[in-house]
Amino acid sequence: MKKQAYYNITFGGIGGQGIIKASELLGWAAMYDGYHVKKSEVHGMSQRGGSVESHVRFGKKIYSPLIGPGQADFLLCFHADEHPRLVMFLKSGGTDLVEYLKRAEAMVENPKHVNTALMGVLSVFLPISGPSWQKAMETVFSPKILDENKQVFQRAQGLVIK
Amino acid sequence: MAKKTSVQKAFLSGNEALARGAWETGLSVACAYPGTPSTEILEALSLYPELDVQWSVNEKVAYEVAYSAAVGGVRSLFACKHVGLNVAMDPLMTSAYTGVQAGFVVVVCDDPGMHSSQNEQDTRWVGIYAKLPVLEPSSPAEAKLFVAEAFALSEKFDTPVIIRMTTRISHTKEDVLLGQRTPCQPVKLAVNIQKYVMVPANARVRHDFIEGRLTRLQAVSEKSKLNKMEINDPSLGFITSGISYHYLKEVRPDASFLKLGFLYPFCDAKIAEFSKKVKKLVVVEELDPFIEDHVRQLGIKKARTKHPSFRTGELGPGVIEDVINGRPKNVPKLPARPPRLCAGCPHWASFSVLKKLGLFVAGDIGCYTLGALPPTSTLHTCICMGAGVTFNEGLRRAHPDQKIVGIVGDSTFVHSGITGLINAAYNKAKGIIFILDNSTTAMTGGQNHPGTGLTIRNEPTKRLDLKALCEVCGADHVDVIDPAGNVRELEELVSKRINEDALSVIIAAHPCKLIKR
Repeated sequence: MKKQAYYNITFGGIGGQGIIKASELLGWAAMYDGYHVKKSEVHGMSQRGGSVESHVRFGKKIYSPLIGPGQADFLLCFHADEHPRLVMFLKSGGTDLVEYLKRAEAMVENPKHVNTALMGVLSVFLPISGPSWQKAMETVFSPKILDENKQVFQRAQGLVIK
Repeated sequence: MAKKTSVQKAFLSGNEALARGAWETGLSVACAYPGTPSTEILEALSLYPELDVQWSVNEKVAYEVAYSAAVGGVRSLFACKHVGLNVAMDPLMTSAYTGVQAGFVVVVCDDPGMHSSQNEQDTRWVGIYAKLPVLEPSSPAEAKLFVAEAFALSEKFDTPVIIRMTTRISHTKEDVLLGQRTPCQPVKLAVNIQKYVMVPANARVRHDFIEGRLTRLQAVSEKSKLNKMEINDPSLGFITSGISYHYLKEVRPDASFLKLGFLYPFCDAKIAEFSKKVKKLVVVEELDPFIEDHVRQLGIKKARTKHPSFRTGELGPGVIEDVINGRPKNVPKLPARPPRLCAGCPHWASFSVLKKLGLFVAGDIGCYTLGALPPTSTLHTCICMGAGVTFNEGLRRAHPDQKIVGIVGDSTFVHSGITGLINAAYNKAKGIIFILDNSTTAMTGGQNHPGTGLTIRNEPTKRLDLKALCEVCGADHVDVIDPAGNVRELEELVSKRINEDALSVIIAAHPCKLIKR
């Protein structure tokens, strides 16, 4: 992938899937890597089972916290039902990671780890260093679940054949 | 990139950044009642052990406690959502007259797009109405800077200062630079009857004072760095504020900008100067035509504005071109999955009984407002906090023979249902007030309130006994029942009470599933 001035990632799914946590992880990782980052949710009633849509943008200088239609470099969809609503965010030539949803679900034993697995997949595509991801995981996961999430993240990176 | 810097940063929401800024500026006391999108301000402040923070019973109480701490001489802060400020308007309007001893900041988070609100009111007008300065940050990083500015202004000009946020800024996260805390020496409590006792003779003097203060604040606004002029390409200029600035920078990075951060009083001379420097001038703002109306009042005829259809809802990257070009709103929106009561929520049982009995249900504000949506569709009014109780009374006065109940959550009942219950008893109203007691303020994420017996920091405190309270308010019967697993008993109880000529309270008590204890 060619180096870009900024990167736009749209996350979507439904409440309870750990989408906010996943976008949070990306935000901290990008910050630790020295980028300017903004993250914002469009639908965020996560506890009530509604649609959840989170946008993360990072680069040298970010203005809008929201990604416009046709501007996402990556789409990370956590629920197949939400895909038709979200696909309009992808720019032409953008990367739709929906193909990894089933593989991530198949890979993990605990369904709570699907979000971390998808983040492992996404990490392969982004110019963020390994240590920054590690530090971000240490920030957002409680010590009790840190190791298991680190392992899932690393294993999921192996799902990507570039 | 991997360029490491030694400065300390954190990835903070606008609310967290504002809290951090207030802490760094020497804040002592902070009060609020939870309300989306403002809730996280107090939650973030509660993590600093040296601060005196509280969930107050409602916004009026919160405002008065925080404001009087500032009158007492320590820096303090009140935070609320836009509709929360309505509850606190009484103290706010006169605190504008009385001013402060130490800095006092009023943070109001508006909700354009109504992500979780009953209306879309625009708090910027309160600046004009109450004659108070209004600052409007455009990002989390600015929220942190502006709160320091607000405390300084408050002390220098003897005034409460409003910081107007919106959901987009409160809940966006950004990397923010962290600084150290500068503690503040409390000012001695001094008697000043002319300043703090607002009887007419004193209030007349203070009214003159605040008119003069507005003029002095306008001079500050003219010179303030928060009103930033960026002259780039002079063929197109924007006057804007808040999040709109960032949407515009995204699509017209080379245009000229006047970004208003010290929003009110307006910097009239700077606005006039800017309008002369650019050929085409467009005012872009969310919600009401607040800046637009003022620019017109200044006689700047060339200013173009958004189409009135954009006075509702949030702006965003998808519509910004239409806004710039004055085109009407035309957004094909794919339906999103609506929120609903959680599986296992104790409210399901209560709603199933009310639905089966075919009662008219006067509703209130909380998770249970979702009872208006299918499949229950058993909540028939929702206006404001506490109205579940009072609407039972008014609807019955209109239709004495109809079977009507009022429902209200435990936190909402404590917030502003109690007075309605006293009123009903005093004025001989009948019916059932259903308190859906899930032992938390669930809709905003599970905050404590007097009925939980725990403080904002989860420390044990005096617990309000709702049953005893309802009895002394004058309810003829107060029944407490666990609705979960007791649907038949609940149905029998409601059927019995609804046919009595009495004022009854039924407390349906079962803790929210989401709350960790």
